[in-house]
Amino acid sequence: MVGAVSGGAGPAREWRIRFVGDAAVALEFEPRIDPRVNARVVAAAARVAAGRHAGVRDIVPSYHAVTVYFDPVRGDAGRVRAALEEAAPAPAEGADASREVVIPVRYGGAGGPDLEEVAAFAGCPAGEVVRRHAATVYRVYMVGYLHGFAYLGAVDPRIAMPRRPTPRLAVPAGSVGIAGGQTGVYPTAAPGGWRLIGRTAVRMFDAERDPPGLVGPGDRVRFEPMPAGVPTAGARA
Amino acid sequence: MIRVADAGLLTTVQDAGRWGCQHLGVPVAGPMDPLSHRTANLLVGNPADRAALEVTLVGPDLEFLDDTVFAVAGARFDLRLDGKPMRSGVAARAGWGSRLRFGRRTAGARAYVAVRGGVDVPLRLGSRSTDLASRFGGLGGRPLRSGDRLDVGPAVAAPVPRPRPDPAFPLPAGGARVRFMPGADPERFEDGELERLAEYRFTVGPDSNRMGYRLQGPAIGLADPAPVLSSATPPGTIQVPPAGHPILLMADRQTTGGYAVLGTVITADLGVAGQLAPGDWIAFDACGQREAAAALAESERRLTASVPSAGRGAAGVAGAGRAGAAR
Repeated sequence: MVGAVSGGAGPAREWRIRFVGDAAVALEFEPRIDPRVNARVVAAAARVAAGRHAGVRDIVPSYHAVTVYFDPVRGDAGRVRAALEEAAPAPAEGADASREVVIPVRYGGAGGPDLEEVAAFAGCPAGEVVRRHAATVYRVYMVGYLHGFAYLGAVDPRIAMPRRPTPRLAVPAGSVGIAGGQTGVYPTAAPGGWRLIGRTAVRMFDAERDPPGLVGPGDRVRFEPMPAGVPTAGARA
Repeated sequence: MIRVADAGLLTTVQDAGRWGCQHLGVPVAGPMDPLSHRTANLLVGNPADRAALEVTLVGPDLEFLDDTVFAVAGARFDLRLDGKPMRSGVAARAGWGSRLRFGRRTAGARAYVAVRGGVDVPLRLGSRSTDLASRFGGLGGRPLRSGDRLDVGPAVAAPVPRPRPDPAFPLPAGGARVRFMPGADPERFEDGELERLAEYRFTVGPDSNRMGYRLQGPAIGLADPAPVLSSATPPGTIQVPPAGHPILLMADRQTTGGYAVLGTVITADLGVAGQLAPGDWIAFDACGQREAAAALAESERRLTASVPSAGRGAAGVAGAGRAGAAR
């Protein structure tokens, strides 16, 4: 068999495969936010995708699981399950894209209304929050919630302020937020409860672009502070 | 071309859904009652996945600006074509200036209007479906408005099939029991909660929409209210937020979610759920994979029996309307 997902794995099998309703099958690894677990997810998702199995409608990687949707009328549940069985041991090594995407951010000001709150939470000046947020190379764990919304981690624990108790009704596109150990960029205007510390002009998602999403699971993302007064080129109207 | 004289309460363009993009965070959308959507398409001789109109609770008033073969399936309304009563579940021919009016709704919540050739709106990420939550696809990502004009795609080669009498699937009257396959983490719920679920009756809340139904009624006891790791959320997912009031995820649902999951409504019963309106009741019966597969096979058998595959003659078009008036 293959090595354990993490050092703390118990004697149980390190993954399970289960039906999620009658039109989807999920391969689940240990339920934790862990780059090693997520690398297994990325590797297994890639292997299933490479198989180009008939009747498969969607392959959705998340933190610890790959969910494969199939057409329950024409698809073959057994074959999908077998494909996941076969993909489960796919080695994590080398599965991640070596891509690193740099996202310029203007921290604070109107685009980052919660920066001072996060500084108060962290007990440090706002500049130190920015420094810590921009010092980490984040992993893209998954994409969900909105078109192109990438869940990035892990945020420096000192500035990992939990989300707002009441979400904002409208968070502007390009807003960069923190929610506990996660950070991310709102690709479109949407309601949301993340602590907003800055804004970027980078388009995280464009349906007319190929691929539409700027980043995918396994990619690395770094934020780069922009000095105040520099125009954000390509800003959306 | 079709002119929307009156858009009704919530009428959207839907094909079979925007599959293949959920890994990008793009919801599937598509019809709330996929079976009725397919039925409407098959009735006019279209491939089952063509874009049609989804009509919600209060129907539209449509004016056909070309000779058009169309059919209505799903929820029952008092339908009038040029003032004359017409049945749903059969193809009909409309001529230039023909008017299709939706009157009083008598059963179900959502009807589908398919036109031969399909409704032609731009493809976005491979689909014509309207995703209202993301304001994406369909006609400008929004519901139809009075005054809109809709193009119709080129007619398909297949003839209009002859439908059998009364092909309609049963529609829920005021509420329905639906079957679901239980989730993998029953320990997230209080002891016995899954077993008691069948005795609970919920009401589809007023703040329900195409993303999901908020269910009012008994609160489900969570053993552990901590959020779960976000993962994919198939259609029919019954998720339970910390307060215990379930949400049934429907067509426009987000691609991922982080609430505890009771289970997933089976494909054969998704359309039944899609025919519920706010105020209707819903109850859940657990079932296994074998029962889900048998139920789906039965629903497919009925669809095939009611709408025989195209090729059995093109005599299935009712001679309503001013056919050929424009020629």
